[in-house]
Amino acid sequence: MSAVTAPTQGKRQAGKKPVASDRAKAETRLGQRLVAPAIILMLLVTAFPMLRAIYLSTFDYALTAPEDREFLGLSNYLTALTDPLFWQTTGMTVLYMVVTVAVELVIGFIFAMVMHRVIFARGLIRTSILIPYGIITVVSGFTWQFAFSFQNGFINGWLPFVGDDFNWFGETTPAVIAIMVSEIWKTTPFMSLLLLAGLAQVSEDMVEAAKVDGATWWQRLTKVILPNMRAAIMVAVLFRALDAYRIFDNIFVMTAGAQKTESISFLTYRQTIEQFQLGMGSALSVLLFLSVLLVAYLIVKLFRVDLAQARQES
Amino acid sequence: MATGALSACGSDAPVLNWYVNPDGVDTFKKYAEQCSTDDYDIAVQELPSSATDQRTQLARRLAAEDSSTDLMNLDPVFVAEFANAGWLQEIEGDTADEVNASLEGDGDYLAGAAETVTWEDKVYAIPLWANTQVLWYRKSLAEAAGLDMSQPVTWDQVIQAAADNDGTVGVQANKYEAYVVWINAMIQGAGGDIVSDTEAGKDASVDIDSDAGRKAAEIIEKLADSDAAQPDLTVSNEGTSLGQMYPTSGAGEFMVNWTFVYKNYEGGIGQPGGPADEAAFKDLGWARYPQTVEGEESMPPVGGIDIGIGAYTDNPDWAAEAAECITSKEAQVELALTDGLMPSTNSAYDEVAASGDYPEDLLDLYRTSVDEGGPRPKSAFYAMISSAVQARWHSPTSVDPDSTPEESADYLKDVLEGKALL
Repeated sequence: MSAVTAPTQGKRQAGKKPVASDRAKAETRLGQRLVAPAIILMLLVTAFPMLRAIYLSTFDYALTAPEDREFLGLSNYLTALTDPLFWQTTGMTVLYMVVTVAVELVIGFIFAMVMHRVIFARGLIRTSILIPYGIITVVSGFTWQFAFSFQNGFINGWLPFVGDDFNWFGETTPAVIAIMVSEIWKTTPFMSLLLLAGLAQVSEDMVEAAKVDGATWWQRLTKVILPNMRAAIMVAVLFRALDAYRIFDNIFVMTAGAQKTESISFLTYRQTIEQFQLGMGSALSVLLFLSVLLVAYLIVKLFRVDLAQARQES
Repeated sequence: MATGALSACGSDAPVLNWYVNPDGVDTFKKYAEQCSTDDYDIAVQELPSSATDQRTQLARRLAAEDSSTDLMNLDPVFVAEFANAGWLQEIEGDTADEVNASLEGDGDYLAGAAETVTWEDKVYAIPLWANTQVLWYRKSLAEAAGLDMSQPVTWDQVIQAAADNDGTVGVQANKYEAYVVWINAMIQGAGGDIVSDTEAGKDASVDIDSDAGRKAAEIIEKLADSDAAQPDLTVSNEGTSLGQMYPTSGAGEFMVNWTFVYKNYEGGIGQPGGPADEAAFKDLGWARYPQTVEGEESMPPVGGIDIGIGAYTDNPDWAAEAAECITSKEAQVELALTDGLMPSTNSAYDEVAASGDYPEDLLDLYRTSVDEGGPRPKSAFYAMISSAVQARWHSPTSVDPDSTPEESADYLKDVLEGKALL
């Protein structure tokens, strides 16, 4: 692999393409031939379902009425994009994403600091913080559902401002809060793990130098530590945001989409798996795919981090 | 699963897979063994507990033309869907004749059960057990309210009686299939339908915006606004309301629920959530499903399980033979006596009655309820119809008789025509 990347290494001169030797060219060709089977296999595995989904999305096609299958062109997309339900679930999905990622970023950073600085029982503390991430989402969904239940849960007893028989899953707002709590509890450790890696890269010398220069704790954090962690923060936010945008399990377990808590993934699932509407379901999954790409693009733009550069820095 | 696998190990005979819902599994296993022959072995495979998940799993197998799905327990409401998709073998011969005769009031099957297995004038499954809902209640609560339970009662009366006497009314109002069961029963009880002419598929007539639909919405609104509503009304299911019959404080409840309730409380005497003692259990009463409109016969929901034969099975003749065996009278009687799952034939009912395991009036009530009950819409698009109704009628606290039936009719039409997302 080093031969393949060799021509791009070293300082590039503006406007001039480095000239590769015959040997380097031959090695590149060999490398391409060696990876070709894997690429073909990858294309078969990933491209086929995607192309099939695009093809199916042009039909009105229900599994339970195969004879009524009808070609619609782009009509399913038009129906979806003009339907208030699509935009309501998209809005709800963005809400889940923004709130959970924001809260997780703050709590995750605090956890990362604790894990980074802790000097006693380091292993125990790190393990304790990471435990929720090891639990399967469906299990954590059920756990929090029981916790929020007014019949056998403890949350109502702990919160002085809600009654003992308050039904968290009876209205949209409390149900969304319950889902978010479960989501945040489950994935904050992942966020803190990524941030811990970023924190470890911040040079202690720089922090010490800032300290010597008389910078306060807050100044050291905002002027030295956070700017040097920008790439790590972007990766953490990007990973979690994409994950949060595809939120499904907690909603499935806790409300089954009732009280307008549905996400776009849930809507797609219901259309395809519950209703057997393969045409509309495929159209929605294509839209979901495109919106995930859009979210990824926006986050990369927002942080203004060159991914290739970020990789080299790490 | 293990039973089937073990029994299959000993011989070279082909294995017929029988997908069963998790109620009465031990009895199913027993009959799988008894009905296995030298030619084939029957292996029991368990499906998930919710009807929706059972349907999804079976459909995914059948859509992939799985030849190992030989026999399956089907919720009646999915027979039309599966038959229309071409996933079920047609049932022919004596069993089909018996089903058809029963529909004309001349066969052994209860009419309500026989009705569930037909699609476009053909028979696609065999009724195994037939379920129905009745009104369960505390006799002391009804007495305190001055209700004469020997006469038909209405939803309005039941809600009022519970609200005035520190009681509650248990229903299934979570956003799921059973909520539609409730809505459908109330609409049919007022002489209406959610949809009709369902064999027209997506062109079915949408009838939910009617006086019957408005009456059903009025009842839901009344309960939601009443003191009789249980705190978890919006997420209530068949299980959650069980604990309200014998609460630690309060007068108990009126509850519409399936036939399993009797055996459930009988087995729960002295247990948490169950009757404290025999006397408390004797305080459990039952009556026909409440009327939507006073003086108009109620239409209790019909449920149960039908046995279907997979369209892609490698052994259709043996599967048909096995289906006959596992739906035999003996099997039906045993399911009733050990699992509380009531039979679909009159002859099996007679035997259950003779056993003395159930109060005679309760068995009569079940039998009448199945016979005179109302089916849910039989349509290849039932899942869409059900979900569209749930989308506009849930949450029960948001139901408004002036707008909900109309909005749900418009939405249902749009969904069927592919103009709206579900």
